[in-house]
Amino acid sequence: MLNFLSYLPDLARGLTITLILMLISTFAGLALAILMTIGSRSERYVLRKGIALFVFFIRGTPLLVQLFLIYYGAGQFEWIRNSSLWIILREPMACAIIALTINSACYTTILLQGAINSVPKNEVAACEAMGMSKWLALRRIIFPRAFRIALPAYSNEVVMILKGTSLASTITLLDLMGVIQQLIAQTYQTVQFYVLAGVIYLLFNAIITTIFNILFKWGAIPNR
Amino acid sequence: MQINGFILQILLGTVVTIKLACCAALFGMGVGLIGALLESIPIRWLRYTAASIIFIIRGLPELLILFFIYFGLATLFSKLFHHYVDISAFAAGVAALGLIFGAYAAQVFRGAFLAIDRGQVEAANAMGFTGWQRFTRVQMPQAWRHALPGLGNLWLVLLKDTAIVTLVGLTDMMNQAKMAASTTHQPFTFYLIAAIIYLVITSVSQKIIHIFTLQANRYIH
Repeated sequence: MLNFLSYLPDLARGLTITLILMLISTFAGLALAILMTIGSRSERYVLRKGIALFVFFIRGTPLLVQLFLIYYGAGQFEWIRNSSLWIILREPMACAIIALTINSACYTTILLQGAINSVPKNEVAACEAMGMSKWLALRRIIFPRAFRIALPAYSNEVVMILKGTSLASTITLLDLMGVIQQLIAQTYQTVQFYVLAGVIYLLFNAIITTIFNILFKWGAIPNR
Repeated sequence: MQINGFILQILLGTVVTIKLACCAALFGMGVGLIGALLESIPIRWLRYTAASIIFIIRGLPELLILFFIYFGLATLFSKLFHHYVDISAFAAGVAALGLIFGAYAAQVFRGAFLAIDRGQVEAANAMGFTGWQRFTRVQMPQAWRHALPGLGNLWLVLLKDTAIVTLVGLTDMMNQAKMAASTTHQPFTFYLIAAIIYLVITSVSQKIIHIFTLQANRYIH
Protein backbone atom coordinates (compact mmCIF):
# COMPACT_ATOMS: atom_id res chain seq x y z
CA MET A 1 0.00 0.00 0.00
CA LEU A 2 1.12 3.47 -0.79
CA ASN A 3 2.29 5.70 2.00
CA PHE A 4 0.84 9.07 1.12
CA LEU A 5 2.31 10.76 4.18
CA SER A 6 5.83 10.76 2.77
CA TYR A 7 4.58 12.72 -0.24
CA LEU A 8 2.74 15.26 1.88
CA PRO A 9 5.32 18.08 1.47
CA ASP A 10 5.16 17.78 -2.35
CA LEU A 11 1.37 17.67 -2.32
CA ALA A 12 1.22 20.66 0.01
CA ARG A 13 3.40 22.64 -2.38
CA GLY A 14 1.17 21.72 -5.30
CA LEU A 15 -1.93 22.59 -3.34
CA THR A 16 -0.52 25.98 -2.44
CA ILE A 17 0.10 26.82 -6.09
CA THR A 18 -3.39 25.65 -7.09
CA LEU A 19 -4.86 27.73 -4.28
CA ILE A 20 -2.87 30.85 -5.21
CA LEU A 21 -3.81 30.50 -8.90
CA MET A 22 -7.43 30.00 -7.96
CA LEU A 23 -7.73 32.89 -5.48
CA ILE A 24 -5.89 35.49 -7.55
CA SER A 25 -7.69 34.65 -10.79
CA THR A 26 -11.09 34.53 -9.12
CA PHE A 27 -10.77 37.98 -7.56
CA ALA A 28 -8.90 39.59 -10.45
CA GLY A 29 -11.36 38.01 -12.86
CA LEU A 30 -14.32 39.37 -10.93
CA ALA A 31 -12.80 42.86 -10.81
CA LEU A 32 -12.03 42.78 -14.54
CA ALA A 33 -15.53 41.47 -15.25
CA ILE A 34 -17.11 44.38 -13.36
CA LEU A 35 -14.96 46.83 -15.33
CA MET A 36 -15.85 45.13 -18.60
CA THR A 37 -19.55 45.11 -17.73
CA ILE A 38 -19.44 48.82 -17.00
CA GLY A 39 -17.46 49.34 -20.20
CA SER A 40 -19.98 47.39 -22.25
CA ARG A 41 -22.70 49.81 -21.08
CA SER A 42 -20.64 52.81 -22.18
CA GLU A 43 -21.80 55.20 -24.87
CA ARG A 44 -18.57 54.79 -26.82
CA TYR A 45 -19.21 52.48 -29.74
CA VAL A 46 -15.55 51.40 -30.07
CA LEU A 47 -15.28 50.42 -26.40
CA ARG A 48 -18.56 48.50 -26.48
CA LYS A 49 -17.69 46.64 -29.69
CA GLY A 50 -14.14 46.03 -28.53
CA ILE A 51 -15.28 44.36 -25.32
CA ALA A 52 -17.92 42.32 -27.17
CA LEU A 53 -15.31 41.11 -29.66
CA PHE A 54 -12.84 40.23 -26.92
CA VAL A 55 -15.47 38.29 -24.97
CA PHE A 56 -16.47 36.50 -28.18
CA PHE A 57 -12.86 35.52 -28.87
CA ILE A 58 -12.14 34.25 -25.36
CA ARG A 59 -15.42 32.37 -24.99
CA GLY A 60 -15.03 30.78 -28.41
CA THR A 61 -11.53 29.37 -27.87
CA PRO A 62 -10.20 26.72 -25.46
CA LEU A 63 -8.42 27.83 -22.29
CA LEU A 64 -5.49 25.63 -23.31
CA VAL A 65 -4.99 27.64 -26.53
CA GLN A 66 -5.14 30.91 -24.59
CA LEU A 67 -2.61 29.58 -22.11
CA PHE A 68 -0.22 28.49 -24.89
CA LEU A 69 -0.80 31.73 -26.78
CA ILE A 70 0.31 33.77 -23.77
CA TYR A 71 3.10 31.53 -22.44
CA TYR A 72 4.70 30.25 -25.66
CA GLY A 73 3.33 32.87 -28.06
CA ALA A 74 4.69 35.94 -26.30
CA GLY A 75 8.27 34.80 -26.83
CA GLN A 76 7.91 35.01 -30.60
CA PHE A 77 8.23 38.77 -30.64
CA GLU A 78 11.61 40.39 -30.23
CA TRP A 79 10.14 43.59 -28.82
CA ILE A 80 8.33 41.75 -26.04
CA ARG A 81 11.47 39.87 -25.07
CA ASN A 82 13.38 43.14 -24.95
CA SER A 83 10.73 45.04 -23.00
CA SER A 84 10.13 44.92 -19.28
CA LEU A 85 6.94 42.93 -19.94
CA TRP A 86 9.16 39.88 -20.45
CA ILE A 87 9.87 39.66 -16.72
CA ILE A 88 6.18 38.83 -16.28
CA LEU A 89 5.52 36.87 -19.44
CA ARG A 90 8.42 34.46 -19.06
CA GLU A 91 7.03 33.25 -15.73
CA PRO A 92 4.57 30.35 -16.12
CA MET A 93 2.81 31.37 -12.90
CA ALA A 94 2.10 34.88 -14.19
CA CYS A 95 0.95 33.54 -17.56
CA ALA A 96 -1.39 31.04 -15.93
CA ILE A 97 -2.86 33.78 -13.74
CA ILE A 98 -3.31 36.10 -16.74
CA ALA A 99 -4.99 33.40 -18.84
CA LEU A 100 -7.30 32.24 -16.04
CA THR A 101 -8.18 35.81 -15.09
CA ILE A 102 -9.06 36.83 -18.63
CA ASN A 103 -10.98 33.63 -19.19
CA SER A 104 -13.09 33.88 -16.06
CA ALA A 105 -13.57 37.63 -16.56
CA CYS A 106 -15.16 37.07 -19.98
CA TYR A 107 -17.54 34.36 -18.76
CA THR A 108 -18.45 36.44 -15.72
CA THR A 109 -19.06 39.50 -17.91
CA ILE A 110 -21.73 37.59 -19.81
CA LEU A 111 -23.27 36.49 -16.50
CA LEU A 112 -23.31 40.03 -15.13
CA GLN A 113 -24.73 41.48 -18.34
CA GLY A 114 -27.53 38.93 -18.24
CA ALA A 115 -28.15 39.65 -14.57
CA ILE A 116 -28.26 43.41 -15.16
CA ASN A 117 -30.76 42.91 -17.97
CA SER A 118 -32.98 40.91 -15.63
CA VAL A 119 -33.03 43.59 -12.93
CA PRO A 120 -36.73 44.61 -12.86
CA LYS A 121 -37.27 47.60 -15.14
CA ASN A 122 -39.45 49.41 -12.62
CA GLU A 123 -36.56 49.52 -10.15
CA VAL A 124 -34.32 51.16 -12.74
CA ALA A 125 -37.14 53.59 -13.53
CA ALA A 126 -37.53 54.30 -9.81
CA CYS A 127 -33.87 55.25 -9.62
CA GLU A 128 -34.38 57.75 -12.42
CA ALA A 129 -37.50 59.10 -10.76
CA MET A 130 -35.56 59.61 -7.54
CA GLY A 131 -33.09 61.69 -9.49
CA MET A 132 -30.19 59.30 -8.99
CA SER A 133 -27.27 59.75 -11.32
CA LYS A 134 -26.50 56.83 -13.62
CA TRP A 135 -23.44 55.89 -11.60
CA LEU A 136 -25.25 56.08 -8.27
CA ALA A 137 -28.09 53.92 -9.57
CA LEU A 138 -25.56 51.38 -10.86
CA ARG A 139 -23.69 51.30 -7.58
CA ARG A 140 -26.57 51.31 -5.13
CA ILE A 141 -29.38 49.49 -6.92
CA ILE A 142 -28.48 47.74 -10.14
CA PHE A 143 -25.19 46.06 -9.18
CA PRO A 144 -26.32 44.76 -5.76
CA ARG A 145 -29.45 43.40 -7.41
CA ALA A 146 -27.52 41.90 -10.35
CA PHE A 147 -24.97 40.23 -8.06
CA ARG A 148 -27.74 38.42 -6.21
CA ILE A 149 -29.26 37.26 -9.48
CA ALA A 150 -25.89 36.13 -10.84
CA LEU A 151 -24.66 34.41 -7.66
CA PRO A 152 -25.88 30.82 -8.37
CA ALA A 153 -24.36 30.86 -11.86
CA TYR A 154 -21.22 32.53 -10.54
CA SER A 155 -20.62 29.65 -8.13
CA ASN A 156 -20.42 27.37 -11.18
CA GLU A 157 -17.99 29.78 -12.76
CA VAL A 158 -15.69 29.58 -9.72
CA VAL A 159 -15.75 25.80 -9.94
CA MET A 160 -14.77 26.19 -13.60
CA ILE A 161 -11.76 28.28 -12.53
CA LEU A 162 -10.73 25.55 -10.09
CA LYS A 163 -10.92 22.98 -12.89
CA GLY A 164 -9.06 25.35 -15.20
CA THR A 165 -6.11 25.63 -12.80
CA SER A 166 -5.25 22.01 -13.60
CA LEU A 167 -4.25 23.14 -17.12
CA ALA A 168 -1.45 25.21 -15.57
CA SER A 169 0.49 21.95 -15.28
CA THR A 170 0.84 21.99 -19.09
CA ILE A 171 3.04 25.07 -18.96
CA THR A 172 5.56 23.49 -16.57
CA LEU A 173 3.84 24.75 -13.43
CA LEU A 174 3.81 22.33 -10.49
CA ASP A 175 0.29 22.84 -9.27
CA LEU A 176 -1.65 19.94 -7.73
CA MET A 177 -2.03 18.26 -11.12
CA GLY A 178 1.64 18.87 -11.96
CA VAL A 179 2.84 17.42 -8.65
CA ILE A 180 0.60 14.38 -9.09
CA GLN A 181 2.06 13.80 -12.56
CA GLN A 182 5.56 14.10 -11.14
CA LEU A 183 4.85 11.67 -8.29
CA ILE A 184 3.37 9.18 -10.76
CA ALA A 185 6.50 9.40 -12.87
CA GLN A 186 8.56 8.65 -9.75
CA THR A 187 6.47 5.86 -8.23
CA TYR A 188 4.41 4.35 -11.09
CA GLN A 189 1.41 4.34 -8.74
CA THR A 190 -0.83 5.79 -11.45
CA VAL A 191 -4.31 4.92 -10.23
CA GLN A 192 -3.72 5.70 -6.55
CA PHE A 193 -2.36 9.17 -7.22
CA TYR A 194 -5.10 10.10 -9.70
CA VAL A 195 -7.72 9.00 -7.18
CA LEU A 196 -5.97 11.08 -4.52
CA ALA A 197 -5.98 14.09 -6.84
CA GLY A 198 -9.66 13.52 -7.55
CA VAL A 199 -10.50 13.43 -3.85
CA ILE A 200 -8.59 16.68 -3.25
CA TYR A 201 -10.32 18.44 -6.16
CA LEU A 202 -13.72 17.27 -4.88
CA LEU A 203 -12.84 18.57 -1.40
CA PHE A 204 -11.97 21.94 -2.94
CA ASN A 205 -15.30 21.84 -4.72
CA ALA A 206 -17.13 21.17 -1.48
CA ILE A 207 -15.38 24.14 0.14
CA ILE A 208 -16.40 26.44 -2.73
CA THR A 209 -20.00 25.22 -2.56
CA THR A 210 -20.09 25.78 1.21
CA ILE A 211 -18.75 29.32 0.86
CA PHE A 212 -21.38 30.11 -1.75
CA ASN A 213 -24.14 28.63 0.40
CA ILE A 214 -23.07 31.00 3.17
CA LEU A 215 -23.05 33.86 0.64
CA PHE A 216 -26.59 32.92 -0.48
CA LYS A 217 -27.85 33.13 3.09
CA TRP A 218 -25.90 36.29 3.79
CA GLY A 219 -27.07 37.98 0.59
CA ALA A 220 -30.69 36.88 0.71
CA ILE A 221 -33.22 39.67 0.83
CA PRO A 222 -35.32 39.28 4.01
CA ASN A 223 -39.12 38.83 3.87
CA ARG A 224 -39.23 37.45 0.37
CA MET B 1 5.65 30.12 -48.28
CA GLN B 2 6.30 27.50 -45.65
CA ILE B 3 3.18 28.41 -43.70
CA ASN B 4 0.86 26.93 -46.34
CA GLY B 5 2.08 23.39 -45.75
CA PHE B 6 1.53 23.73 -42.04
CA ILE B 7 -1.95 25.12 -42.56
CA LEU B 8 -2.83 22.02 -44.56
CA GLN B 9 -1.62 19.88 -41.64
CA ILE B 10 -3.65 21.95 -39.20
CA LEU B 11 -6.75 21.57 -41.35
CA LEU B 12 -6.22 17.80 -41.41
CA GLY B 13 -5.98 17.99 -37.63
CA THR B 14 -9.24 19.94 -37.58
CA VAL B 15 -11.00 16.94 -39.12
CA VAL B 16 -9.71 14.78 -36.26
CA THR B 17 -10.91 17.36 -33.73
CA ILE B 18 -14.39 17.48 -35.25
CA LYS B 19 -14.56 13.68 -35.44
CA LEU B 20 -13.55 13.45 -31.80
CA ALA B 21 -16.18 16.01 -30.78
CA CYS B 22 -18.93 14.24 -32.74
CA CYS B 23 -18.09 10.80 -31.33
CA ALA B 24 -17.88 12.20 -27.79
CA ALA B 25 -21.21 14.01 -28.22
CA LEU B 26 -22.96 10.84 -29.45
CA PHE B 27 -21.48 8.78 -26.62
CA GLY B 28 -22.29 11.57 -24.18
CA MET B 29 -25.94 11.72 -25.28
CA GLY B 30 -26.24 8.00 -24.55
CA VAL B 31 -24.58 8.45 -21.17
CA GLY B 32 -26.80 11.44 -20.44
CA LEU B 33 -30.00 9.60 -21.31
CA ILE B 34 -29.03 6.62 -19.17
CA GLY B 35 -28.02 8.97 -16.36
CA ALA B 36 -31.33 10.82 -16.56
CA LEU B 37 -33.20 7.51 -16.56
CA LEU B 38 -31.29 6.15 -13.55
CA GLU B 39 -31.75 9.39 -11.64
CA SER B 40 -35.54 9.24 -12.03
CA ILE B 41 -35.92 5.54 -11.14
CA PRO B 42 -37.64 4.86 -7.82
CA ILE B 43 -34.95 2.38 -6.69
CA ARG B 44 -33.06 4.39 -4.14
CA TRP B 45 -29.55 2.92 -4.22
CA LEU B 46 -29.47 3.06 -8.02
CA ARG B 47 -30.58 6.67 -8.01
CA TYR B 48 -28.00 7.66 -5.40
CA THR B 49 -25.20 5.83 -7.21
CA ALA B 50 -26.04 7.57 -10.49
CA ALA B 51 -26.34 10.94 -8.77
CA SER B 52 -22.98 10.57 -7.01
CA ILE B 53 -21.16 9.44 -10.16
CA ILE B 54 -22.57 12.46 -11.98
CA PHE B 55 -21.56 14.71 -9.07
CA ILE B 56 -18.00 13.34 -9.07
CA ILE B 57 -17.53 13.73 -12.83
CA ARG B 58 -18.86 17.28 -12.75
CA GLY B 59 -16.52 18.20 -9.93
CA LEU B 60 -13.28 16.89 -11.41
CA PRO B 61 -11.03 18.75 -13.86
CA GLU B 62 -11.40 17.49 -17.44
CA LEU B 63 -7.66 16.92 -17.59
CA LEU B 64 -7.77 14.60 -14.59
CA ILE B 65 -10.60 12.50 -16.05
CA LEU B 66 -8.77 12.21 -19.37
CA PHE B 67 -5.47 11.25 -17.72
CA PHE B 68 -7.22 8.79 -15.45
CA ILE B 69 -8.76 7.01 -18.42
CA TYR B 70 -5.67 7.17 -20.63
CA PHE B 71 -2.94 6.38 -18.08
CA GLY B 72 -4.88 5.07 -15.08
CA LEU B 73 -7.22 2.63 -16.78
CA ALA B 74 -4.41 1.37 -19.01
CA THR B 75 -2.35 0.43 -15.93
CA LEU B 76 -5.39 -1.01 -14.18
CA PHE B 77 -6.31 -3.20 -17.16
CA SER B 78 -2.70 -4.21 -17.67
CA LYS B 79 -2.54 -5.49 -14.08
CA LEU B 80 -5.92 -7.15 -14.41
CA PHE B 81 -5.19 -9.06 -17.61
CA HIS B 82 -1.47 -9.60 -16.92
CA HIS B 83 -0.38 -8.18 -20.22
CA TYR B 84 0.07 -4.69 -21.54
CA VAL B 85 -3.17 -2.96 -22.51
CA ASP B 86 -2.97 0.15 -24.63
CA ILE B 87 -5.87 2.60 -24.86
CA SER B 88 -5.75 4.78 -27.97
CA ALA B 89 -5.70 8.53 -27.43
CA PHE B 90 -8.82 8.91 -29.55
CA ALA B 91 -10.78 6.30 -27.58
CA ALA B 92 -9.65 7.82 -24.27
CA GLY B 93 -10.70 11.25 -25.53
CA VAL B 94 -14.12 10.02 -26.61
CA ALA B 95 -14.61 8.23 -23.28
CA ALA B 96 -13.47 11.16 -21.12
CA LEU B 97 -15.23 13.94 -23.03
CA GLY B 98 -18.32 11.76 -23.51
CA LEU B 99 -18.54 11.07 -19.78
CA ILE B 100 -18.23 14.77 -18.98
CA PHE B 101 -20.80 15.66 -21.64
CA GLY B 102 -23.08 12.91 -20.32
CA ALA B 103 -22.82 14.02 -16.70
CA TYR B 104 -24.05 17.49 -17.63
CA ALA B 105 -26.50 16.19 -20.26
CA ALA B 106 -28.19 13.97 -17.66
CA GLN B 107 -29.32 17.12 -15.86
CA VAL B 108 -30.50 18.67 -19.12
CA PHE B 109 -32.47 15.56 -20.12
CA ARG B 110 -33.98 15.20 -16.66
CA GLY B 111 -35.25 18.76 -16.80
CA ALA B 112 -36.52 18.25 -20.35
CA PHE B 113 -38.48 15.12 -19.46
CA LEU B 114 -39.94 16.76 -16.38
CA ALA B 115 -41.06 19.68 -18.54
CA ILE B 116 -43.37 17.45 -20.59
CA ASP B 117 -46.99 17.66 -19.54
CA ARG B 118 -47.98 14.59 -17.50
CA GLY B 119 -51.15 14.29 -19.57
CA GLN B 120 -49.06 13.38 -22.61
CA VAL B 121 -47.59 10.35 -20.86
CA GLU B 122 -50.99 9.35 -19.48
CA ALA B 123 -52.55 9.71 -22.93
CA ALA B 124 -49.85 7.49 -24.42
CA ASN B 125 -50.50 4.88 -21.73
CA ALA B 126 -54.24 5.12 -22.30
CA MET B 127 -53.70 4.56 -26.03
CA GLY B 128 -51.89 1.35 -25.18
CA PHE B 129 -48.41 2.45 -26.26
CA THR B 130 -45.61 0.21 -25.07
CA GLY B 131 -42.93 1.79 -22.92
CA TRP B 132 -40.53 2.03 -25.88
CA GLN B 133 -43.20 3.54 -28.17
CA ARG B 134 -44.14 6.06 -25.52
CA PHE B 135 -40.52 7.01 -25.14
CA THR B 136 -39.68 7.36 -28.85
CA ARG B 137 -42.98 8.74 -30.15
CA VAL B 138 -44.23 10.96 -27.33
CA GLN B 139 -41.59 11.77 -24.75
CA MET B 140 -38.42 12.11 -26.81
CA PRO B 141 -39.74 14.45 -29.54
CA GLN B 142 -41.11 16.81 -26.92
CA ALA B 143 -38.17 16.56 -24.54
CA TRP B 144 -35.83 17.26 -27.46
CA ARG B 145 -37.27 20.73 -27.81
CA HIS B 146 -36.59 21.54 -24.16
CA ALA B 147 -33.19 19.86 -24.17
CA LEU B 148 -31.82 21.51 -27.29
CA PRO B 149 -30.63 24.84 -25.82
CA GLY B 150 -28.85 23.05 -22.97
CA LEU B 151 -27.33 20.46 -25.29
CA GLY B 152 -26.20 23.24 -27.63
CA ASN B 153 -24.26 24.88 -24.81
CA LEU B 154 -22.75 21.55 -23.81
CA TRP B 155 -21.66 20.97 -27.40
CA LEU B 156 -19.83 24.30 -27.43
CA VAL B 157 -18.11 23.42 -24.14
CA LEU B 158 -17.22 20.00 -25.55
CA LEU B 159 -15.67 21.51 -28.69
CA LYS B 160 -13.35 23.60 -26.56
CA ASP B 161 -12.54 20.68 -24.26
CA THR B 162 -11.30 18.61 -27.20
CA ALA B 163 -8.12 20.71 -27.08
CA ILE B 164 -6.89 18.84 -24.00
CA VAL B 165 -6.84 15.47 -25.79
CA THR B 166 -3.72 16.69 -27.56
CA LEU B 167 -1.96 16.27 -24.18
CA VAL B 168 -2.27 12.48 -24.43
CA GLY B 169 -0.82 12.55 -27.93
CA LEU B 170 -3.77 12.67 -30.31
CA THR B 171 -2.69 14.35 -33.55
CA ASP B 172 -5.62 16.75 -33.58
CA MET B 173 -5.60 20.37 -34.66
CA MET B 174 -3.94 21.56 -31.46
CA ASN B 175 -1.15 19.01 -31.85
CA GLN B 176 -0.49 20.06 -35.45
CA ALA B 177 -0.39 23.69 -34.35
CA LYS B 178 2.07 22.76 -31.62
CA MET B 179 4.30 20.95 -34.10
CA ALA B 180 4.18 23.82 -36.56
CA ALA B 181 4.94 26.24 -33.72
CA SER B 182 8.01 24.35 -32.59
CA THR B 183 9.45 23.83 -36.09
CA THR B 184 9.00 27.40 -37.27
CA HIS B 185 9.60 29.11 -33.90
CA GLN B 186 6.43 31.07 -34.49
CA PRO B 187 4.21 29.86 -31.63
CA PHE B 188 2.05 32.97 -31.58
CA THR B 189 1.13 32.72 -35.27
CA PHE B 190 0.16 29.06 -35.13
CA TYR B 191 -1.67 29.10 -31.81
CA LEU B 192 -3.57 32.12 -33.09
CA ILE B 193 -4.50 30.16 -36.22
CA ALA B 194 -5.68 27.30 -34.00
CA ALA B 195 -7.70 29.75 -31.90
CA ILE B 196 -9.33 31.21 -35.00
CA ILE B 197 -10.26 27.75 -36.30
CA TYR B 198 -11.87 26.94 -32.93
CA LEU B 199 -13.70 30.25 -33.18
CA VAL B 200 -14.97 29.40 -36.67
CA ILE B 201 -16.12 25.93 -35.58
CA THR B 202 -17.97 27.27 -32.54
CA SER B 203 -19.57 30.08 -34.57
CA VAL B 204 -20.75 27.70 -37.29
CA SER B 205 -22.04 25.34 -34.57
CA GLN B 206 -24.05 28.14 -33.03
CA LYS B 207 -25.70 28.81 -36.40
CA ILE B 208 -26.51 25.11 -36.85
CA ILE B 209 -27.90 24.86 -33.32
CA HIS B 210 -30.09 27.86 -34.10
CA ILE B 211 -31.45 26.10 -37.20
CA PHE B 212 -32.11 22.97 -35.12
CA THR B 213 -33.95 25.05 -32.52
CA LEU B 214 -36.17 26.60 -35.18
CA GLN B 215 -36.79 23.13 -36.59
CA ALA B 216 -37.68 21.70 -33.17
CA ASN B 217 -40.02 24.57 -32.38
CA ARG B 218 -41.74 24.70 -35.78
CA TYR B 219 -45.13 23.62 -34.41
CA ILE B 220 -44.98 25.95 -31.42
CA HIS B 221 -46.47 29.37 -31.85
